[in-house]
Amino acid sequence: MSYFSDIYKGIKTLLTGMSVTGGYFIRARKGAITQQYPDNRETLKMFDRFRGEVVMPHNADNRHYCTGCQSCEIACPNGSIEIIWDRAVDPETGKKKKKIDKHIYHLSMCTMCGLCIEACPTDAIVWAPNFENSVYDRSKLTKILNQPGSSVLDGIED
Amino acid sequence: MTDQQAQNKIKTEEYFINMGPQHPAAHGVLRLILTIDGEIIKNVEPDLGYIHRSIEKMCERDSYQQIVHLTDRMDYLSSHINNEAVCLTVEKGLEIEVSDRVKVIRTIIDELTRIASHCLWWGVMGMDLGALTTYFYAFRDREMINDIFEETCGARLTMNYNVPGGLMFDIHPNFVKRTKDFITHFKTKIPEYDRLLTGNVIFQKRTKGVGILTKEDAISFGVSGPTARGSGFSSDVRKHHPYSAYDRVNFKEILFTEGDTFARYQVRMMELWESVSIIEQLIDNIPEGETKAATKAVIKLPKGEFYQRVETARGELGVYINSTGNKNPYRVKFRSPGFSNLSVLNHISKDVLIGDLVATMASFDFVIPDIDR
Amino acid sequence: MNFTQMIIPLNITKTISDWIYSIMPETAASYTIMVIIAVAYLALFAVAGLYLVLLERKVAAWFQLRIGPNRVGPWGLLQTMADALKLVSKELTSTIKIDKFLYNLAPYFVIVSALMAMAVFPFSKQFQAFDINIGVFFLIAISSIGVIGILLAGWSSNNKYALIGAMRSGLQTISYELSVGLSILTMVLLTGTLQLSEIIEAQRTGGWLILQGHIPSIIAFMIFMIAGTAETNRAPFDLVEAESELGAGFHTEYSGMKFAYFFLAEFINMFIISSIAVVLFFGGWLSPFGITENIAWFPQVFWFIIKVLGLIFLMMWFRWTFPRLRVDQLLTLEWKYLLPLNLMNIVLMAIVIWLNWTI
Repeated sequence: MSYFSDIYKGIKTLLTGMSVTGGYFIRARKGAITQQYPDNRETLKMFDRFRGEVVMPHNADNRHYCTGCQSCEIACPNGSIEIIWDRAVDPETGKKKKKIDKHIYHLSMCTMCGLCIEACPTDAIVWAPNFENSVYDRSKLTKILNQPGSSVLDGIED
Repeated sequence: MTDQQAQNKIKTEEYFINMGPQHPAAHGVLRLILTIDGEIIKNVEPDLGYIHRSIEKMCERDSYQQIVHLTDRMDYLSSHINNEAVCLTVEKGLEIEVSDRVKVIRTIIDELTRIASHCLWWGVMGMDLGALTTYFYAFRDREMINDIFEETCGARLTMNYNVPGGLMFDIHPNFVKRTKDFITHFKTKIPEYDRLLTGNVIFQKRTKGVGILTKEDAISFGVSGPTARGSGFSSDVRKHHPYSAYDRVNFKEILFTEGDTFARYQVRMMELWESVSIIEQLIDNIPEGETKAATKAVIKLPKGEFYQRVETARGELGVYINSTGNKNPYRVKFRSPGFSNLSVLNHISKDVLIGDLVATMASFDFVIPDIDR
Repeated sequence: MNFTQMIIPLNITKTISDWIYSIMPETAASYTIMVIIAVAYLALFAVAGLYLVLLERKVAAWFQLRIGPNRVGPWGLLQTMADALKLVSKELTSTIKIDKFLYNLAPYFVIVSALMAMAVFPFSKQFQAFDINIGVFFLIAISSIGVIGILLAGWSSNNKYALIGAMRSGLQTISYELSVGLSILTMVLLTGTLQLSEIIEAQRTGGWLILQGHIPSIIAFMIFMIAGTAETNRAPFDLVEAESELGAGFHTEYSGMKFAYFFLAEFINMFIISSIAVVLFFGGWLSPFGITENIAWFPQVFWFIIKVLGLIFLMMWFRWTFPRLRVDQLLTLEWKYLLPLNLMNIVLMAIVIWLNWTI
């Protein structure tokens, strides 16, 4: 008789499985877990720690916090950050001081490990929650983070 | 004409089939060269190298902080556990003791990672056997874990949350609440997984008695993790060599003695419950403390060899660092679970059907970048 | 077979056929009508097949907590039309070492045999292209021709995956053909006729056959649905294209419109299996409890389509819930379970009829 009880048990397990999927089918209207991505662009909000790309915030006077100490450049495991710097004479003190010329960031090489941001002593670079990074030309992924004509905020020392 | 003569007269030929590197059943770019007689598999020859990135060599170039993020890319489904392995090794070398808070947080995230990994495995196991819906149910639950990770670490998969000496930053204020929400949600979903797939008669027929791996073979081939525990080989590193906070939680090591695909499946399903229980024990009393022990900006390990092993979602991951006292390691070797587990595949897939090989492979839970590195 | 006996669908077509007969000699007129009906059926069921694809995708999405196609047209209604257009406009690629003639023949074999079976279904009292007295027999015969197309496709592709898939298809269809045939035979015992329109007429007074034959009928229905799902090569019996084992199975090497034919044929076959089940078990175009029998304007097709869609939904439910069987288990299921049960069931049905236990 185990022949028939096998059939009965088999059919029962199949129906149990069907009841699970069937339950979701009935509740399908509110159950969708997918996101309608390009449509929900306005409402889509990333978490505040989201690692999108590295940016350098500037204040209203076009000043930033980067002293050009190169900690980020050293911390970066794959050479995504290059800093071109120079020494300039500070008009007030008359001493020579390091200042950045260009803070170059290769997004195409970045692995979003976050070591540069941890290494920065002045919090001059931060994560931006921007994830739409696709471009047609690879050279567009090389970004200069400091804006033209910007300078370091007074009193920032590393 | 006798049967023997008939057999001699009809000549059959074995032929080769490539399963992978672009095959739908191969997870990632694993290439299996199958020798097949009709539908019966005679030989399975894994061919690796399609995703070799020479991570071990790159480690020799990088500083100890920089090594950590490379291990994300090995077994990407248990990236946090990989990171932890490297950090534990470096901490061992530097002889620094991380705070309790770090240990507990690491353990919680380890177990969340394990659940996420097993969820994905469950979905893919169903999909490999033809039940496509499991994938979406598993991903629904995995998504909640990924959200927890994203809120705390900033990344969903390649988290890089560990640094030698602790954590990169403290957990997000929402972390505890979200984790508790997830645990309550997930406890209602595991029985549903069982109803949908585990009990299913077709699934049981496909997996029971298929791909039997004996305990002796498991030990001699160096199989570890749930795959070995399905054969009755007690190999849980968390139990035998506790690290982080595993010595202060109660959990069972799941052991099944059948050694078939269904036993391996059950080990992983039961491990989901164990992981849930570990998180429940820890989540309510995360001790206060610093999240990062003071380390020098340039870490130099003392001259010597350092080894640490951890239990990833797939098995035992060993990290070997040979240091000459410089800021870069002299040699790094990862003993990845996938590579050893793969070695036994040929041994247990002789004279089975193609469908059985797919089921066996699914139950091994391969992540190809982990095998190839 | 006398083609002039064909029942022309719906009343408007009556005037068209009268007009054609009035302007042409009789033989030419009957051939013209045949061509017109064939073209109409082809267009109708090609479109129906496309919408079944859409239905499958939507149903799958709802089972899987997704939304499904919703971009092309309102609620994604034009999605499969767009897909078909894309497939038509694609280049037909093939490998060098194929058997060209058989390779090109195979998709037509599959689609033509699928469409031919549609001819005998009584969608309503008038809407039936070809009412022959061996209708059920014709259906079984036609539906097993499709497998030749699949075998040809697998053999001529000169591809190992395709060959394995085709061989699996052969053994699967040969085995499950028995169960389909025997479960239909069980119901034919009850009606005593093979003509589809008469089978439906037999259910007008006595209730649907699944009720008339109670227990043996229900067993026959279950066996028929299992075997029918296997016959259409759908999950959990989709060993033929088992994507995790064989890539795409027998149609690995096909592209563009030829692939679309295989794809469409699968869905039309699903429609056919469901239609046979509706005719044999659920009273065809008869309304439940005769609720619309007296309403003259009510299209009887409605009930037929509703019932067919219900059974198609059941098959989709199977597909999106169950894992796939292994090839030896497939045969075990047929030869050790379905076939003995089926034979027992026939005897049971015979006893039921002999003792007049039918309702």
